[in-house]
Amino acid sequence: MSLLTLVGISPLIGALIVLLIPAKKSELIKRVAFIITLLIALFSILLAVRFDKAITGFQFTQNNSWISAFNVNFAVGVDGISLVLILLSTILVPVVILATWHESDTGRWNTKVFYILVLVLETLMIGVFAATDLFLFYVFFEAMLIPIYFLIGGYGTGNKSAAAVKFLLYSLFGGLLMLASIIGIYVISGNQIGATFDLAKLATLQIDNQTEYFLFLGFFIAFAIKAPLWPFHTWLPDAAKSATPGTSVLLLGVLDKVGTYGMIRFCIELFPDATKTFTSFIITLAVISIIYGAFMAIGQRDIKGLIAFTSISHFGFITMGIFALTSQGVSGASLYMVNHGFSTAALFLIAGWMIWRRGSSTISDFGGLQRVTPVMAWTFFMAGMSSLALPGLSSFVSEFLVLVGTYTRYPVAAVIGTLGIVLAALYILIPVQKALHGPIVSGNENLKDLNLREKVAISPVILVIVLMGFYPKPVLDLINPTAEKIVINSGYSDPVAKVGK
Amino acid sequence: MMLSAPSFSYALLSPMLIVLAAAVLGVLIEAFMGKTHRAAVQLTVSIGALLLALIQIWQIRDMSSTSAAVNSVTIDKAGIFLQFTIIVLALVAVLLIADQDNFVARASTIPGSVEEQITTQQQVKQTEIFPLFLFATAGMMLFTVSTDLITLFVALEVFSLPLYLLAGLSRRRRLLSQEAALKYFLLGAYSSAFFLFGAAFIYGYSGSVSLVDISASAGSANDIFLYIGIIFMSVGLLFKISAVPFHSWTPDVYQGAPTPITGFMAACTKVAAFGAILRLFYVGFAESQTLWQPVITVIAVITMVFGSVVAIAQRDVKRMLAYSSIAHAGFLLSGVVALSKEGLAASLFYLFAYGFTTIAAFGIISLVRDSTGEVSDLNRWVGLGKKSPLVASVFSLLLLSFAGIPLTSGFIGKFAIFSAAYQSGNTLLVVVGVLASAIAAFFYVRVIIMMFFNDPDNDSVSVVIPSIKSRISITIATLITFVLGIFPSIILNTANNFANLIK
Repeated sequence: MSLLTLVGISPLIGALIVLLIPAKKSELIKRVAFIITLLIALFSILLAVRFDKAITGFQFTQNNSWISAFNVNFAVGVDGISLVLILLSTILVPVVILATWHESDTGRWNTKVFYILVLVLETLMIGVFAATDLFLFYVFFEAMLIPIYFLIGGYGTGNKSAAAVKFLLYSLFGGLLMLASIIGIYVISGNQIGATFDLAKLATLQIDNQTEYFLFLGFFIAFAIKAPLWPFHTWLPDAAKSATPGTSVLLLGVLDKVGTYGMIRFCIELFPDATKTFTSFIITLAVISIIYGAFMAIGQRDIKGLIAFTSISHFGFITMGIFALTSQGVSGASLYMVNHGFSTAALFLIAGWMIWRRGSSTISDFGGLQRVTPVMAWTFFMAGMSSLALPGLSSFVSEFLVLVGTYTRYPVAAVIGTLGIVLAALYILIPVQKALHGPIVSGNENLKDLNLREKVAISPVILVIVLMGFYPKPVLDLINPTAEKIVINSGYSDPVAKVGK
Repeated sequence: MMLSAPSFSYALLSPMLIVLAAAVLGVLIEAFMGKTHRAAVQLTVSIGALLLALIQIWQIRDMSSTSAAVNSVTIDKAGIFLQFTIIVLALVAVLLIADQDNFVARASTIPGSVEEQITTQQQVKQTEIFPLFLFATAGMMLFTVSTDLITLFVALEVFSLPLYLLAGLSRRRRLLSQEAALKYFLLGAYSSAFFLFGAAFIYGYSGSVSLVDISASAGSANDIFLYIGIIFMSVGLLFKISAVPFHSWTPDVYQGAPTPITGFMAACTKVAAFGAILRLFYVGFAESQTLWQPVITVIAVITMVFGSVVAIAQRDVKRMLAYSSIAHAGFLLSGVVALSKEGLAASLFYLFAYGFTTIAAFGIISLVRDSTGEVSDLNRWVGLGKKSPLVASVFSLLLLSFAGIPLTSGFIGKFAIFSAAYQSGNTLLVVVGVLASAIAAFFYVRVIIMMFFNDPDNDSVSVVIPSIKSRISITIATLITFVLGIFPSIILNTANNFANLIK
């Protein structure tokens, strides 16, 4: 059993341990869940340490027959991009658990169910990034919906069950379209090289153009819903508003990355010709997402809605970087996925604490937090700055790479995209000013600043944001070879020579 | 003129003969045995016969013959798999049926009469349901292996008539139940007539009632007669699988019949009827596929879409599952249209998996009650997740399997059947199929919401403690649904190996 599989199933084992604890001991359950996920995070770092950067193929592979009748294998492995996304998932889960210690107390079900759902979800998140078998990927992709659906519907606030259903139905719809495409490519592989779901083998298929377009669209729409790209985004703001902050972090920070990850892994690698045809169309959608998300964010009064729409804008950047099909673009987009994960986590968690203390999520209800709760205000400020890609903080590097990568092939799109950065300054600075500065709005006088647990929870996130801003090299070193390989394998070459890094 | 004695290979026929003999024995028990122990004895006879039949099926699993009963029955791989499926499904279903409080105390009493109250209070039991159930099971088994039109028709009637009766035996809402039975009977009689009418045309065309001869005679005469024959026979069969537009009985009968019977009917009738359809189209009409494939394709499309869309509007869980079963019939028809080994294997797996999920689902429904009895009104299911988390979770799992979510048997079945359809070039069926599945997901998920995300109100229902028999039955069926989602290989490979119809 490979190290990767061990990392992947350990949350599941954790879930079984939690299952054995009596439901009444909720504090114990929280502690156990936290320690388990923390250990898993450390365990997964071992993957990065033992990852050989010189190899561009999949590592830590394991391949066992699962459903022999369809030639489905339990095949897992990681390359640079999937590795960093797995790390993102495993690191964020303990942070979320520690940060949102009381989130599970007020749910429809007890604490135990909450942590079992979170742990099961973690296994599925690792699985979806690790799968190198298309069928296995689909199983994880769909199964992932169920725990997150219960997390939103069972522990969220406001109109939660409607939001949970909207999320589920959108995702299921996309997933079923993808299923049709998966069936298509599976049958084609059967006609050409013997039925298989092995990604490497599927990439060698010769598919006639028209069929390839349809298959590509099946995958792309599923991922565009997940990512979410305009015009498939409408489920996200509802889900983000209704979910608890912790769930939102997992949803936007990790789960939605499956969409952009899938675009790289499946859309580009399996259907290079169709990718070529649809690129300009997709870049257009991405640019619309960037601008639309930014404008909608500016108009938001609800702080969770704000973060949701900034994410739509950021996912636009990521998609643009991917479909620019330059090695910088793809590297930048991959790095962006990680950075967005951390900056969104910081924003949602701190916003969650603000909302929990104030009892309101309306931006104008806050004000003068700088004076009342300086630590909370400063961390929120940092997260906001990272989100608007301030140089020196993590998102800047990735946004820059995406724009450079896009400019070499689609200058107009890159220029319009740059406008998104300007708008980002607006949508972050206005709420920062309203919420943190100015006179203390009545009702805020007695808010408490972050306690030790919250400080401990948020500090690694802020640390990553700063470190990755100054020194992204370790992560880029993991990503770059894979990104280059993907671009070259799909028949592209960089329009201009690589810029020195 | 010399008449030679017809030759029977009793070993191959033994599974059916055992069940039939047990049914006859059941009738004798009704006639001669005292009332006190009748129910227990009948149940023992039924289970014993089914187990014996199961052992026999296992014994003959590698045998095959076209002349097991003078050319009118063909025992082949697919036939054995289908018979096996029917027997195990019947075994699981009979445990549900054994919970007699779902059935009327004495069917002859007038609904609402004093007599009815007295018989109910005296705990009189209508034990005839067991022989009826066995007759139906035997008929279904015969239906899947019949290879001439006459035997097909006889088998059709043998399994239909007991079902008409059983549908009318519900203890509660008896008028509804009787209405359903009458409706089922009348429409069923019509469809049988259509079937017979079609068979006559086919006989006229080919000069034979044997499927092999019919296949060989394709193109030998004016195709219009063959065409008419196929269409009319199809009407009879499509009625049994409740394909649109011959589905209108389904919601009423599913709702009105006693819930265990609904489960048995929904699972086993589908297996039997699809078994016959597969044999008829794969063997008898294989050579004339250009005639029927477009028609069946269109029916499959309409059935999938109609079933999924109309199910959304349902407020009654049994009616909802009825429309869901219509949609599933559409998915299964994709396997028929595929006309390939893959299509056959996929259909066999799908029928097996779907059967267990269905029986478990109806088993759960029979547990959800209020003071007056079973409640199938969905609005009153709100908050069930809070009152009985286990039952609600199991039901959710079953619904997810119906919806085809990965890690359930429903997903594997859907994948198998759609890839077979794609392989045979029916991309349209695949696309419509996944879209219909997306629509269907909506109403399955809605039930989960009602159970889990809404709070129970005063009017909501509770779950009775199931008897040990129901518990075993529901547990087995649910486990199979779940295990086949994770390790489908056992049945999937078996279905592949058994996907062979002798032509």
